[in-house]
Amino acid sequence: MAAEMEPPPLGDAGQTDFREIEDGEGFFVSTVTILESPEPSSPDPPSMPAEGISTNGPKQEDISLDDDPEDLFAEATEEVSLDSPEREPILSDGPSPAITPVTPTAMLTPRMGLGTAEMFERSLDELEEDESGDTFDMHIAVSDPEKVGDGMNAYMGYKVTTKTSMTIFSKNETTVRRRFSDFLGLHSKLASRYLHIGYIVPPAPEKSIVGMTKVKVGKEDLSSAEFVEKRRSALERYLMRTVKHPILLKDPDVMMFLESSELPRAVSTQALSGAGILRMVNKAADAVNKMTIKMNESDAWFEEKHQQFENLDLQLRKLHASVECLVCHRKELSVNTASFAKSAAMLGNSEDHTALSRALSQLAEVEEKIDQLHQDQAYADFYLFSELLGDYVRLITAVKGVFDHRMKTWSKWQDTQLLLQKKREAESKLQFANKPDKLQQAQDEIKEEIEELEGKVQQGEKDFELISKTIRKEVSRFEKERVKDFKVVIIKYLESLVQTQQQLIKYWEAFLPEAKAIA
Amino acid sequence: MRQEEQNGGCFQKIANIARLAAQHDDLQRCCTFIIMTSTLDDSEKEKARSVSVDLNNDASLLIDIPDALCERDKVKFTVHTKTTLSSFQKPDFSVPRQHEDFIWLHDALVETEDYAGLIIPPAPPKPDFESPREKMHKLGEGEATMTKEEYTKMKQELEAEYLAVFKKTVQVHEVFLQRLSSHPILSKDRNFQIFLEYDQDLSVRRKNAKETFGSFFKNMVKSADEVIISGIKEVDDFFEQEKTFLLDYSSKIKDSTARAEKMTRSHKNVADDYIHISATLNSLSVDDNTALKKHLEKFADLFEKLRKVEGRVASDEELKLTELFRYYMLDIQAAKDLLYRRARALADYENSNKALDKARLKSKDITQAEEHQQQCLQKFDKLSESGKRELTSFKGRRVVAFRKNLIEMSELEIKHAKNNMALLQGCIELLKSN
Repeated sequence: MAAEMEPPPLGDAGQTDFREIEDGEGFFVSTVTILESPEPSSPDPPSMPAEGISTNGPKQEDISLDDDPEDLFAEATEEVSLDSPEREPILSDGPSPAITPVTPTAMLTPRMGLGTAEMFERSLDELEEDESGDTFDMHIAVSDPEKVGDGMNAYMGYKVTTKTSMTIFSKNETTVRRRFSDFLGLHSKLASRYLHIGYIVPPAPEKSIVGMTKVKVGKEDLSSAEFVEKRRSALERYLMRTVKHPILLKDPDVMMFLESSELPRAVSTQALSGAGILRMVNKAADAVNKMTIKMNESDAWFEEKHQQFENLDLQLRKLHASVECLVCHRKELSVNTASFAKSAAMLGNSEDHTALSRALSQLAEVEEKIDQLHQDQAYADFYLFSELLGDYVRLITAVKGVFDHRMKTWSKWQDTQLLLQKKREAESKLQFANKPDKLQQAQDEIKEEIEELEGKVQQGEKDFELISKTIRKEVSRFEKERVKDFKVVIIKYLESLVQTQQQLIKYWEAFLPEAKAIA
Repeated sequence: MRQEEQNGGCFQKIANIARLAAQHDDLQRCCTFIIMTSTLDDSEKEKARSVSVDLNNDASLLIDIPDALCERDKVKFTVHTKTTLSSFQKPDFSVPRQHEDFIWLHDALVETEDYAGLIIPPAPPKPDFESPREKMHKLGEGEATMTKEEYTKMKQELEAEYLAVFKKTVQVHEVFLQRLSSHPILSKDRNFQIFLEYDQDLSVRRKNAKETFGSFFKNMVKSADEVIISGIKEVDDFFEQEKTFLLDYSSKIKDSTARAEKMTRSHKNVADDYIHISATLNSLSVDDNTALKKHLEKFADLFEKLRKVEGRVASDEELKLTELFRYYMLDIQAAKDLLYRRARALADYENSNKALDKARLKSKDITQAEEHQQQCLQKFDKLSESGKRELTSFKGRRVVAFRKNLIEMSELEIKHAKNNMALLQGCIELLKSN
């Protein structure tokens, strides 16, 4: 995942990020990197009027950036040109194109005024409501994997075809070519933008060094073909899940991913890039933090849900393991059946009684067809059942992550409160300070700080409430999706089993008269 | 009818005892199973014995193994004989026998010169509980990772497997005896009679260590025989054909047996996987409080039912296919042995001819050599004549058995697949209507 709100204090990271830490506001860190202007005081609510959001899409040029002189976005467009990968090692991959002002992400500035959170909330709500006007009708297909290049620099390019009737998209059907790191890059952006405010961002398919190396090396065997197919299918499911999310669908990076023909290379998704290493360090830091935060859960709903997801995680993992076992055994069965078929054919050839010889040959043919059946069933076992479970195991990790973010938000709020308290105590102590001439200055300073902190505490509380609210909505949506997904897949899987049995009946019924014909 | 009912109830009681015994501490140690094979009704028995057909039809000598005991590694069979022949002391009697006793009988028959022209029914394979025992062991080790239900189900599966192996071994021992009793010549064998009747422990008559060693050598000699018979110039077309056929077929059927076994074992593995899946789905359903609960419950239930069917498919395939091939693999070996003996007799005859020629040259011991040559010729002719008969009837037997088993297997496969489909479609309908 991209770095969360508190990247470790590395000296060479962009200043922006550290402003983040100081502020204690971490919304949309990636945006912040664009808004690099070191202006600590621009508490203006974004110039973006709420209605701008309801007409999402890249065609939002009409929102003039010049209206508001304090519009940070004016700087944003400038800043973009100055951007370079080194300046934001943690976050977005390379100079991402300008974030058009329409997105809610762009709305947030590092210095949120009190009203902004509400505005944000409202805008996202509107986004969701807007969705109901434009019913979800979208189909994404990932297809035609093609190897591009040679040797270790080679990669697999995939065709991404989007078919939709929704108005937010400029065309009804778009086709682009993308590579795996593009998908990872997209996910990284979405994660850094939405995870920490409570949105369950579907995780991207996992990397596989072994799998990819085989492909790169050019091994044209069954296992690398299987690997490519597995990946293709996973990428397709990933995109579909992402666009099914009403907020994520409208994210400009998503749209760009689906529509624009060229996409800047997502270098920071490489494991050994600077960003990759930072990610790993962050993950470790997070794990430690998680252990130290002890949250006073006042809301039983969260406690309950948290436990529920823990259980679900365990059971799904177990089920996934069992199904993987099944896939393995069924593949074995297919192989062994094929081997038996060959042997039976040889036996039939060797048999000197003519009728029996023919029957044995027929038996061999039947078994050969059956081995293909078993193989197909193993395929269904895997792609329908096993992959669904794998996807959900990963999704639940994202859900748990979101719960963790809430904890962090709470913790931040509490810390700010403590800090405020300390300052207040310091203030009262100041009364008894000796130097009267400096007293006024000190008092003024502290008053300023206290005011600032009060503001932050309020913001912290608002953030916490917001993320809690978002999580509730997200969990409810997630559960609905889960129920739907599982219901659909269970039936599909059962139908695959039915088909196998039907074929078995056909084959054996064809063989039976042959066996009876032995005289 | 009443007998069957009684037996049925008996079977249940006994199966319960077996299960209780299995629950006691050490799962690794084999426990005492008392199985009544007579609980199978007649049609099932027929099916069970269909590796060889036309057995036990002659009322003058009826043999069966009504029950057996399994203690640790040893299986004790109760051999029951019902006869109208006066050569036996009693008309109806039973004796306890071990696997080793069967081997003794088989070897005694093989070594009898008079039977050189017969196909001696192959000895029953040693009872092999290795596979279920190993699985029991693994199950015991993995107990902690499973829910109680899952564990119980797996254990039941394994108990069923033990039972299946057990029944199989009883069956092959029974078939061996029945083939002897159905054979016009072998049924009159003295050793056979002793085996059936002698109410003391046979071990004193069984191989001692020296003899076992001797048989090892005999097997070595046999492989040398194979070279001999391939080398001998065959005068008779029939035997030439049989030789070519049997040598080739023998290796092919051995291969098929091994692969069939692998195939049925994989099938069993799939059925076992269904158990785990069903158990976890159940746990998921219990914890679930969304609209998915009922779905998961039914899905779990379905898998439980499916695995029973799959298990039966696997075991039917094993009985009808793997065991069929295995039996005939052994039988063909016995037929090959007949060919070896005949080939040796031919070699002896040819040698005796040479000796006669030499004697005539030297004008010494001519009558002796002539007699010897006559003896060899007679023996060879006798073997050829009986051998031809045996091999022809063997082929007939084989074809009939294959036909029967292949038909039965196909019918069972169709039945099980239809069963599976009914279960699946029922579940799909239920889920769709929800």
